Amino acid sequence: MMAQSFRHALFCGVITLIIAWPILGLKLVAEGTSITVRGADAFTWAAVAVAAVVVFTFQLFRDRLMGRLEVLQALNPLANREPLPDAKRIRLENIGMVLLIAVALVWPFLVSRGSVDLATLVLIYIMLALGLNVVVGLAGLLDLGYVAFYAVGAYTFALLSSYWGVSFWMALPIGALLAALFGLVLGFPVLRLRGDYLAIVTLGFGEIIRILLNNWTSLTGGPNGIGGIPDPTLFGMEFGRRVRGEGNVSFHETFGIPYSSEHKVIFLYLIALVLAVFTALVIRRLMRMPVGRSWEALREDEIAARSLGLSRTGVKLSAFTIGAFFAGFAGTVFASKQGFISPESFVFLESAIILAIVVLGGMGSQLGVILAAIAVTILPELAREFAEYRMLIFGAAMVLMMVWRPQGLLPMRRRHIKLKGV
Amino acid sequence: MHDLLYFCQQLINGLTIGSAYALIAIGYTMVYGIIGMINFAHGEIYMIGAYTALIAITGLAALGIAWLPIVLLVALICAVIVSSSMGWAVERVAYRPVRGRHRLIPLISAIGMSIFLQNYVHLAQGSRNIGFPALIEGGLRLGGDERFQLSISWIQITIFITTFICMSALSLFISRSRLGRACRAVSQDLGMANLLGIDTNRIISATFVIGAALAAVAGLLLGMYYGSVDPLFGFVAGLKAFTAAVLGGIGSIPGAMLGGLILGIAEAMTSGYLSGEYKDVISFSLLILILLFRPTGLLGKPEVEKI
Amino acid sequence: MLEVQNLSMRFGGLLAVDQVSLDVQEREVVSIIGPNGAGKTTVFNCLSGFYRPTGGRILLDGREIQGKPDYRISRLGLVRTFQHVRLFNRMTVVENLMVAQHRHLNTNLLSGLIATPGYRSREQKALDRAAYWLERVGLLELANRDAGNLAYGQQRRLEIARCMVTEPRILMLDEPAAGLNPAETRELNQLIVSLKEDYNVSVVLIEHDMSLVMGISDRINVISQGRPLASGTPEEIRSNDEVIKAYLGEA
Repeated sequence: MMAQSFRHALFCGVITLIIAWPILGLKLVAEGTSITVRGADAFTWAAVAVAAVVVFTFQLFRDRLMGRLEVLQALNPLANREPLPDAKRIRLENIGMVLLIAVALVWPFLVSRGSVDLATLVLIYIMLALGLNVVVGLAGLLDLGYVAFYAVGAYTFALLSSYWGVSFWMALPIGALLAALFGLVLGFPVLRLRGDYLAIVTLGFGEIIRILLNNWTSLTGGPNGIGGIPDPTLFGMEFGRRVRGEGNVSFHETFGIPYSSEHKVIFLYLIALVLAVFTALVIRRLMRMPVGRSWEALREDEIAARSLGLSRTGVKLSAFTIGAFFAGFAGTVFASKQGFISPESFVFLESAIILAIVVLGGMGSQLGVILAAIAVTILPELAREFAEYRMLIFGAAMVLMMVWRPQGLLPMRRRHIKLKGV
Repeated sequence: MHDLLYFCQQLINGLTIGSAYALIAIGYTMVYGIIGMINFAHGEIYMIGAYTALIAITGLAALGIAWLPIVLLVALICAVIVSSSMGWAVERVAYRPVRGRHRLIPLISAIGMSIFLQNYVHLAQGSRNIGFPALIEGGLRLGGDERFQLSISWIQITIFITTFICMSALSLFISRSRLGRACRAVSQDLGMANLLGIDTNRIISATFVIGAALAAVAGLLLGMYYGSVDPLFGFVAGLKAFTAAVLGGIGSIPGAMLGGLILGIAEAMTSGYLSGEYKDVISFSLLILILLFRPTGLLGKPEVEKI
Repeated sequence: MLEVQNLSMRFGGLLAVDQVSLDVQEREVVSIIGPNGAGKTTVFNCLSGFYRPTGGRILLDGREIQGKPDYRISRLGLVRTFQHVRLFNRMTVVENLMVAQHRHLNTNLLSGLIATPGYRSREQKALDRAAYWLERVGLLELANRDAGNLAYGQQRRLEIARCMVTEPRILMLDEPAAGLNPAETRELNQLIVSLKEDYNVSVVLIEHDMSLVMGISDRINVISQGRPLASGTPEEIRSNDEVIKAYLGEA
């Protein structure tokens, strides 16, 4: 027994060396036209060696360590507690949401311009993640091409404004509806596919849309993108130094205050906040409606749901379309915030980040998704050296979440209907 | 005359790239055949194979070893060892703990693994693409005149021959060896194989190792063929290979070969007659159409829904 | 009302159902019996639209329904339960019944989002109907529990209630008595009779419990190895030599 576990541990240690040493320890360096291999610094070598030793030791004593861990878990008072009763949990979640919104409301008046800008980006990610959460978390459909709908929203606004001078407020519903239409048209044929095939097909769609944006130069400007996207206006008031649109007035002159570029940033932030809250509320409501119940039913047992008259395609399509709608929303805000968009903003990596937010936030739970969106966007900004490792950590976190807590950090409990008087 | 030659040229290019896709596709199809999951990180295993081969080649050059057969052999062995180990480790860390859970859970885990490996190589080796030395240069020129000649490079011939050898070896292995028979048993019915005393964990590990080894071979070959590698090298190739596997019928090894060749030819024809930019659009569209109208692929078996 | 003519279902080389015919009139309990693996559930799967039969016709009120998608057949009033209970385990008991009324509630999203009075009254009606049927099958006090936490017999009854809130015309029960104790089986017996008498529902029943089948069936169809063996009233079946042989052969 001991000899066997020793052999296994040695094997694992050697494998660790093999997969870590060449890639980490031998660095390819280009020198002019030729390349050479250079050994990494002593620290990397030591780290590889330590990793191998750690793996070896862990595997050698795995059974004993696991036993210890169970003892530790037994000591943990939180491990065996009953899950919170529904009513209490919902109250806590509501309090959390209200607190978050309160902080979000005063935020722009307390911090620097850069922080407000970042917060707008966070809100855009919150919208995206809440929308994708409908598709993945509630309806159980893995959409790897979600960013395509985001692109549709953004490009709709960019194109409408550059060709016909359509304003932000007009473009917002048009962009969202057009994205929803895309969702409907793309979803209709593919939603009868099995889950994992659906994931790959949506990934393919996302890539096709990106390639088209990149190559349809006459319409989209190709890789150069589209610039000069206007800012939103407030009842016809513009936030620029000079008025651009006909019949508009400028915000600072109307109120007789000196011009400040911060006004625009804060205004945009507030729009994003209102839209994010709107998104959260609408989705919350949907979850309690018949359509929300049918999403959950189909995810729980598709065959039983079909036997009760639920159309598989219809139910899935509703989730897919609603998710696309909110992506279009977010896309319009994004285009307005950046003032310039190009296909580079809509690559697969972006879909993967949004998916990571949904997974980390606990598929299905709104508060979890919002907290995860905040964490995923802000952490790399807080620690610059962390930014480099961002995707590495996301990838690892996704694996770990699936292994340990596939239902997410804050597991979803949809608000249940109660039969009163029972 | 020129038109025909041009067509033949595209056909040869397509067959070259297609047979390399087939090598990668084996990894998807075998894993899917046995545990029914899409190993999303397989493209990254292939990319790591290409990197390892490049590191080995450069290292040998630094040591002053330049005899081509030795260089190729060492590069191949290094790539196969590192990729197979990676394949084994990935299964162990990211897939085994989630095996048997809802279908999407292993898939998300695999996507996480794919992102992790991409960035692992990115951080260790930088994001820039690095030139891959053309070890096998020159080729045959056939027919035509000075305006257009049909050319088959030695590297293309190497790719054909290597793929042929690998595929034949794999078929022999699956049909003759004990391990191969156990593989087939497990892919028929995992639970039953388990009851019959087959160590299914070992078989599943073996599947990942074989798939990774073939991907590493493809990594070396395509690295030389394209002339450069970067950390995103595996992502698109992985998707293409997956398309090839689905096209041929996922789970079927001859299907992977057929699918790879068809996809390669379709891509080469698009590049040759339309535009290189749209070749990815063609392969993704092909994937979508196949999944919609014949999800079992060309050589796959239909699945019956159990109620 | 429901007429099945020469139904056949082939899976590759296996002919699972071969030329089976049956008909169901209004307010009638028709049973399908036969040894294990005779193809009874396959017949159900064809009737409920999960399988597309490879031969034969299924007529509901004289209109062909074979090959229609499952959810459409269910909406026509042909609803089934499953051999292995299929509930939405992580939803509550009452929610299981609400999901089943989806198509009665199916209104546009907007009226739900702003909760118009019409939407609210429909939702309330659905809750009332759910409460009524929970009372009827004796699960009312468990309405807010998760369906997965119910005892087996209760899950069976919930599954029947879930079918009944869709207001079906024909209810197909796949081995409803499997795993029930004798007392529960007696209750089931009374429930089925009441469904027929009080709610004008026809019942198609697959069952192994012979006393239950003989007690409540108006007519019985016996199939063996996918082929029809006999059909008739319980008395006729009881005295049919071939049926006896098939059953003794199995034992």
